[in-house]
Amino acid sequence: MTAAVLSATLGSSGSRPKRAARRVLPGFNLTLGYTLFYLSLIVLIPLSALLFKTFTLTWDQFWTAVASPRVLASYRLTFGASFLAALFNVFAGLLLAWVLVRYSFPGKKIIDALVDLPFALPTAVAGISLTALLAGNGWIGQYLEPLGIQLAFNRNGIVIALIFISLPFVVRTVQPVLEDAEKELEEAATCLGASRFQTFRYVIFPGIAPALLTGFAMAFARAVGEYGSVIFIAGNMPMVSEITPLIIIGKLEQYDYAGATAVATVMLGISFVLLLVINGLQSWQRRRAGGKT
Amino acid sequence: MSAGTVRSAQAGTTEPVWVRWSLISLALVFVFLFLLLPLAAVFTEALRKGLPAALEALREPDAWSAIRLTLLTAAVAVPLNLVFGVAAAWAVAKYEFKGKAFLTTLIDLPFSVSPVVAGLVYVLMFGAQGWIGPWLMAHDIKIVFAVPGIILATVFVTFPFIARELIPLMQAQGTEEEQAAMVLGATGWQTFWHVTLPNIKWGLVYGVILCNARAMGEFGAVSVVSGHIRGQTNTLPLHVEILYNEYQSVAAFAVASLLALLALLTLLIKSVVEWQFERDQKAAVDLPPERPAVSSPTSVATP
Repeated sequence: MTAAVLSATLGSSGSRPKRAARRVLPGFNLTLGYTLFYLSLIVLIPLSALLFKTFTLTWDQFWTAVASPRVLASYRLTFGASFLAALFNVFAGLLLAWVLVRYSFPGKKIIDALVDLPFALPTAVAGISLTALLAGNGWIGQYLEPLGIQLAFNRNGIVIALIFISLPFVVRTVQPVLEDAEKELEEAATCLGASRFQTFRYVIFPGIAPALLTGFAMAFARAVGEYGSVIFIAGNMPMVSEITPLIIIGKLEQYDYAGATAVATVMLGISFVLLLVINGLQSWQRRRAGGKT
Repeated sequence: MSAGTVRSAQAGTTEPVWVRWSLISLALVFVFLFLLLPLAAVFTEALRKGLPAALEALREPDAWSAIRLTLLTAAVAVPLNLVFGVAAAWAVAKYEFKGKAFLTTLIDLPFSVSPVVAGLVYVLMFGAQGWIGPWLMAHDIKIVFAVPGIILATVFVTFPFIARELIPLMQAQGTEEEQAAMVLGATGWQTFWHVTLPNIKWGLVYGVILCNARAMGEFGAVSVVSGHIRGQTNTLPLHVEILYNEYQSVAAFAVASLLALLALLTLLIKSVVEWQFERDQKAAVDLPPERPAVSSPTSVATP
């Protein structure tokens, strides 16, 4: 009956009834207009200022800024450490998601809430706190230093800080997929004689693989841009433990705006590519989920 | 006997007890090392010289002005992104138009941009050598290395939070209820206030909480545009950095524990919202199928 009333009110625009029916709701121009206006004002115009500034540089200026040995060393460090941290979180995140979805144990709700701590805790606080733990006189550091293991003020510290800040991504992408997974499939696998490991490998894992990959990409993207937690624990030695965002800050402090802009443009390009990859992964995941039901 | 049959029925979909408990223990050790210890360290370091010393650090005028600036920043940034989030979610979720996927990608963009780059773009726009820097200087308006710059950078980094929560939620809910309200003669605003808003309230609270936590805790972007003038352009996270670099460890951790308490409060409210949402969902499931259940806001991972 609703449809009849709607098509009656729509009248002449009935040639594409489905689309027209959606436009019955008012506010399309207002909301889309405001969205585009605000998006341009806050995000697009400022980001294009970065690109325009880059275009005022000559190719040589740009290349010396983004490909000097010190900057190249910082890319290697930033991407290497981010990759290690994200990879670690694939395993740790899968473990946490699995335990939170499949098992019950005391304090589960608290653990579930705590997983989001890295999102809620300001990165500077995470940075000084991890440094206090891992430094030679810290709670953990004092036991490791006699063994010759140093976790703070070097690359190890960077990886640990990045593990902390990117920890929730894999858990939160895998958790809902595991919750929705159909137990009947596992039962069927067991009935057909599969071991529990085979069931995991061939039945459960293919279902959560897209989510794992999405979580990995998100964790990696977040880690690449991270600044606040890393600078306290890194030691920040040029060529050794200096991350790319810190290079940008260093250039800014020396009023080398051109150099800072060039390096920032490289980082922006990488972020954009990572964003497209994540979007692609997510729609793949949605198609997978959609195809199953 | 019945217990035995239950166990054998479950054996196909779960692991032996020893595997279960070793996985749980491993997860708990990981949570303890990576989440609980850092959290405990903040408070312990703050109280190293006793509670009075920690409170002393919070009573400093510089700490007070940092608290005020942090509150002001969040009080501007969160409502701005709230209005945007609702408008964007309405446009994206309730209509079909060309370029929608691209628009959602652009809304997500600030999440993947490094905070340092976010700060830098505002320096390039409003700084002395920037696009409109000279004009601003001629009119004696300070944006970068002043409070407006801090607020702008914070708005940038918290830009997608609320929109990202609301878009999937409103998409899942569809437009049927709004259409029914319109057919029954409600105006657009009435429909929004009485039909849409009650449906999205938990997603809204969820987004606001996360947006607020990030707005109050942002470090990288704010650090670039702040200029670090004590008592004037220092937010709480920047104040922590200054104290830490001056080797005032107790004071730094005292201010940091204020931020850690904020984080704990955020997690608490967030959990309560999730439980409320689940309760509403269960209530909705009991209703006839005209009101289908929608996906929970937690199903979308949001940084």
